Amino acid sequence: MSYMIYWELFWSFVKVGAFCVGGGYASMPLIQAQVIEEHGWLTMQQFIDIFTISQMTPGPIGINAATFVGTKVAGVPGAICATVGFVFPSVIIVLLLAHLFFKYGDIGPVRGVLNGLRPAVVALICSAGLSFVFLALWNTETLPKDFTKVDLIGVIVLPVSVWCIRHKMSVIKLLCMSGVLGLLLGVIGIR
Amino acid sequence: MELQKIQDKDLLWKLFKSTFIISAFTIGGGFVIIPLLKAKFVDEYQWMDDKEALNLVAIAQSAPGVVAANAAISLGYRLAGIKGTLVALGATILPPLITLSIISYAYDAFANNQYIQLLLKGMQCGATAIIINVALDLLKKEWKKKLALPLLIIVGTFVANYFFHVNLMYAVIVDAIIGFFLLRDKKYA
Repeated sequence: MSYMIYWELFWSFVKVGAFCVGGGYASMPLIQAQVIEEHGWLTMQQFIDIFTISQMTPGPIGINAATFVGTKVAGVPGAICATVGFVFPSVIIVLLLAHLFFKYGDIGPVRGVLNGLRPAVVALICSAGLSFVFLALWNTETLPKDFTKVDLIGVIVLPVSVWCIRHKMSVIKLLCMSGVLGLLLGVIGIR
Repeated sequence: MELQKIQDKDLLWKLFKSTFIISAFTIGGGFVIIPLLKAKFVDEYQWMDDKEALNLVAIAQSAPGVVAANAAISLGYRLAGIKGTLVALGATILPPLITLSIISYAYDAFANNQYIQLLLKGMQCGATAIIINVALDLLKKEWKKKLALPLLIIVGTFVANYFFHVNLMYAVIVDAIIGFFLLRDKKYA
């Protein structure tokens, strides 16, 4: 019977993954419903901790949350079950859509839908970009209340990074460089 | 539709390596990871063009689940079929699986370590620069086409999402419907 927990974790996160529409944050209430209310695996306080950690650690937020819940409930095997369960419905649906697209992509209605969605993706990238500029310079995702309270690391690292990417620095080199630069500035006391 | 085969013998290894590193070091999820993948696959490796990458992201966006994982699934499928999907998806979920497993045992030490915080802060600025760059490139291209309706969709979706916090799914459905009825013409492709 002890293996039941892995199956339950997997199945709970299949449900979260299947009904999670609208990105990482949308998965939070679904995870809450499964993990706290239905199974009582975690307390509300633990859940809030997960949310915080998921936001400040690298990786997609929803995946982070699934991994964290899985680890807390049933160790590393639990983490694997929860994460695989979470992406399982996506794999099926995305592959199906991608397959249909490659097969019928050139007919009018499908082309129309994609022509409508492509500008939407551009808008969403811009929207994330703007939130990130505020986050980098003022440590807030929305319009800062006090524009003079800038984060000095952001004020220095962001323009340097923009210059580097404009001069074709590789994405991965840039991420490493900006991390080290932030660390150095912080250590010598600029922040 | 004929799929152009990608000529790159290290394709799967490059796909794994770049996706793994981007997922390992990117804070903030979906629309932060996607510009980075686009910068890597389109601008650096030139495996596909802008439009194709955006189409694949649009497909990813219209399925349930995490956008970053969905994008890995669709981009991987385009590059190397099911094998590509498994490689890209594995490379997207492995880093959080590893880091989060470790962190969940040592949460306090991590959350309060100022050196880690400084490193993450710096990386966040780097990621911001890449997003700005990708966003500007894409906007410039759309602007040059001088087509009113796609530009209107960009502005409308941006305002709805950023200022009115409209659920992304509703915004995407509205845009898909507009496209279905009004954007079938080849000039919009």
